[in-house]
Amino acid sequence: MHAVQTENLTLYYGHNLVLAEITCCIQAGEFLAVLGPNGAGKTAFLKVLLGLARPSAGTVRIFEQPPDKVPAQWIGYVPQIKTLDRRFPAIVLELVISGLRHAWVARITAKEKTKALAALALVNAEHLAMRPVNDLSGGELQRIYLARSLAREPRLVLLDEPATGIDTVGESDFYKVLNDYRVRTGATIIMVTHDWEVASDQAFRVMVLNRHLIGFGTPGEALCQECLEKAYPGKALPGLRAARGIHHV
Amino acid sequence: MFEAFALPFMQRALAAGVMVALLSSYYGAFVVQRGLSFLGDGLAHAAFGGVALGILLQHEPLWIALPFTLLVSLAITWVKHHTRLASDTIIGVFFAVSMAAGIIFLSRTENYTTDAFSYLFGSILAVNQTDLWVTGLLVIVALLTLPLWKRWAYATFDRDLARADRVPVVFDDYLISGLLAVTVVAAVKVVGIVLISAFLVIPAAAARMVTHRFVTMTWLAILLGLISAVAGLWGSYWLDIPSGAAIVVLQAIVFLACVIVSPLRRLLGDPTSGT
Repeated sequence: MHAVQTENLTLYYGHNLVLAEITCCIQAGEFLAVLGPNGAGKTAFLKVLLGLARPSAGTVRIFEQPPDKVPAQWIGYVPQIKTLDRRFPAIVLELVISGLRHAWVARITAKEKTKALAALALVNAEHLAMRPVNDLSGGELQRIYLARSLAREPRLVLLDEPATGIDTVGESDFYKVLNDYRVRTGATIIMVTHDWEVASDQAFRVMVLNRHLIGFGTPGEALCQECLEKAYPGKALPGLRAARGIHHV
Repeated sequence: MFEAFALPFMQRALAAGVMVALLSSYYGAFVVQRGLSFLGDGLAHAAFGGVALGILLQHEPLWIALPFTLLVSLAITWVKHHTRLASDTIIGVFFAVSMAAGIIFLSRTENYTTDAFSYLFGSILAVNQTDLWVTGLLVIVALLTLPLWKRWAYATFDRDLARADRVPVVFDDYLISGLLAVTVVAAVKVVGIVLISAFLVIPAAAARMVTHRFVTMTWLAILLGLISAVAGLWGSYWLDIPSGAAIVVLQAIVFLACVIVSPLRRLLGDPTSGT
């Protein structure tokens, strides 16, 4: 079954072309990394999948349905932490439960608390449950957002640069939790990242974007020299280690 | 204290003050967290335009100010959604135009001074039965829309997360904007146009200083707003000063106390004390 299918997906923000005729097919249970330079349309691609941006042309199907018809609980979303409003008064438990309820929390039930604590335990963050969100470090927040998105047991997990602010050990734990969840539930994972090594280490397939679809395939195929030169024109490209199984760079 | 509230006009003022404090403190929690403080000012000045038009047309100003302010409020929200202008710029434009319209309307009116001043600075003597009914109706509307608190709060926290969870954030923007507009008009007589935004901002800002949960902030804002309104009215009677100004001074004292208490909680080792 296809988790995501796009055909000639085109998106304009005003007069600016953001995504141009993206045609791709992502199988259920896959781990896809989306790479590209700043302004390549990576976050916009996630926003289309979330139903937050309506395509200017082309079609998008999530589990065979238009994005705005997909039940919200099917999708878990880990946004960039820089979008978080740290002035908002919230504790970690409320943030996680908002993911279960699809609404903010006035009164926390015992059942919700148990479920939220179990999700926090997955990312070793139970001890943070009562902490104000605005006191957390970037890395802690990313773990909380991951717990929040997995608590609702989604079929599709969308992550936007999720490892920002996490240290190396934490990053490896983060991806372990994500992969364990994928293996356990058969969920599909689509992750926007700037990190080529993480993409080649974690993902089955890689999408390279620069408004147009530059490359799509296994890390070895999509991260080839030609694709990267097209995606990052005029930039000095850091080599990827052959030891990671990428022989085209 | 009870002696002051034995007088019929003070009873009307108390009823109106309590209801206005309840409404403005409740919506104030969203105003503060959404960064809409300037909207309170903008709507108050739009209300001035409406009141001035009412005086010019020799109509009950409330009935003109209500639709006028509502229209301005919805127009601000519409322009915000359809342009890339910053909120404060849009509000600034409507603020100035409404004020200019109000000044033109008043300039065409004879003997307007007393009426206009009672709206600008508030006058508890001016609160009549109609004002009480309208404000009471708005309290009922607020109670009926109380279940929407959860999704309004969610969208206030993170608009994109809320939209991804199918919360109708644009519809809610218009709804909150409209409810704020009618609340501001209802508050005009008790508080005065120039002080309304304080009612929206100060109790909620004070509550924010001492809590780390939005639900607590909302209830605490209402409580602080109510206490300030009752004590301020009582003080205004005994000191013979304008009620709106007395209430705002009390709100400011409460705010100052919360600003002082906030870091103390942290120093005393409360692990959950937010900033």
